Amino acid sequence: MAKEFEPNIIGFLCNWCSYAGADLAGTSRIKYPPNIKSIRVMCSGRVDTVFILEALRKGADGVLIAGCHPGDCHYQSGNYKTNRRIRLLKKFLNDMGVEPERVRFEYVSASEGQKFAQVVTDFVNQLKKLGPTPLKEIA
Amino acid sequence: MTKEKKKSEAKKKLQLAFYWAASCGGCEIAVLDIDEKILDVIGIADILFWPVAMDFKYKDVEAMKDKQIDVCFFNGSIRTEEQEHIAKLLRKKSKFMVAFGACAVNGGIPGLANVANREEVFRVAYLDNPSTDNPKKIVPKTSVKVKEGTLTLPEFYDTVKTLDQTVDVDYYLPGCPPTPDQIMTAVGAIVENKLPPKGSIIGPMKSVCDECRFEKTEKKIKEIKRVYEVDKIEEKCLLEQGIICLGPATRGGCSARCLDANMPCTGCGGPTPNSLDQGAKMISALASILGIEGEEKMSDEEVQKLIDQVVDPIGTFYKYGLPSALINRRVMKK
Repeated sequence: MAKEFEPNIIGFLCNWCSYAGADLAGTSRIKYPPNIKSIRVMCSGRVDTVFILEALRKGADGVLIAGCHPGDCHYQSGNYKTNRRIRLLKKFLNDMGVEPERVRFEYVSASEGQKFAQVVTDFVNQLKKLGPTPLKEIA
Repeated sequence: MTKEKKKSEAKKKLQLAFYWAASCGGCEIAVLDIDEKILDVIGIADILFWPVAMDFKYKDVEAMKDKQIDVCFFNGSIRTEEQEHIAKLLRKKSKFMVAFGACAVNGGIPGLANVANREEVFRVAYLDNPSTDNPKKIVPKTSVKVKEGTLTLPEFYDTVKTLDQTVDVDYYLPGCPPTPDQIMTAVGAIVENKLPPKGSIIGPMKSVCDECRFEKTEKKIKEIKRVYEVDKIEEKCLLEQGIICLGPATRGGCSARCLDANMPCTGCGGPTPNSLDQGAKMISALASILGIEGEEKMSDEEVQKLIDQVVDPIGTFYKYGLPSALINRRVMKK
């Protein structure tokens, strides 16, 4: 029997909220799929769209960017910029024939371990439906 | 003066070649645009191959010794089998290969065809175009039999490539086309043997903004405007006036000529130094300053509306560089 497709996810997590949220999920022993490789960044606003494209180009099936809730950004406004960037990037991805759902932006606070686990679980299920990234095949 | 001495002097002359692949011919015009300085170039150089200006045949190049050409200025991207073949041939025959102009460096305007493939390009160009009259639905084939024999055409590839995706490239001269100053800098460096390290881009390490005459203050945009929608251009940064200008994400060296004519930068200089992807950089930059005022009160619908003002992200952010971008072609549905 063929092995089920396991998506490879790169997660960019903001230091102040989402990384702490992921940490809480861990210390609270909340289970979530091991498909995500987390990278801590100081702010979701630090995530250049180049990082996301590079992750996709190098074979990630999905990229999760998680930051503080609106109004909670440690640097006041980083998450607003990320929200707009991801939306513009998704438009580009859609035009390039890459499913925009492969990039996901979520608000996860430091107290939302449960939500972090839920987001990752949902994302993994969604990517399993989408299948492997089509970018592995292009020249 | 003895005959031998004359001969050795003649030998010292720089041996140049120019070639055009998938390009518009503008780069060739740019070479002639150095005006009377072209006579200086002829004074120090022999032109061994230049199909657009002089009568040469491919077999002349094939007959050359390896590395006989000192410098080959190659413009245009690689779209067909013929272009790939000549690129490889010229690489073999040249000491230095210079990717000349945006198409050879980053893929250029022809590279935008990477949103399609051969089948789609042919369908639009030969069948669906309203001004095309082609009742027999003839599209190019690589070979066709006629009563006189077999006629052949080079293969037309699905994907447009840059020169360095095809052969090893020594230097890059970006721009659409490169400006006379940039060309003379490159030629001067070669003549005086002051060559930068292999793989260098002939151009400054700064962005177009650094050369732009407009005053720059705090950047915030409420809405995006096309150039024709602005009645009177003010003497300040075009981005601040709502016009998408790729200056911040584009390498300078052009003296910001388009800006001098009140037109925004569209990015022909390619990415800034150390940047992997020009378009993605501009997406980040533009999204950061668009709707920055009152961003904390904006609903997601309002944000989406703002972003939807960018109607063509590929054409706007990757006008000259799709083949060299991180995602360099559209994923075609099977």
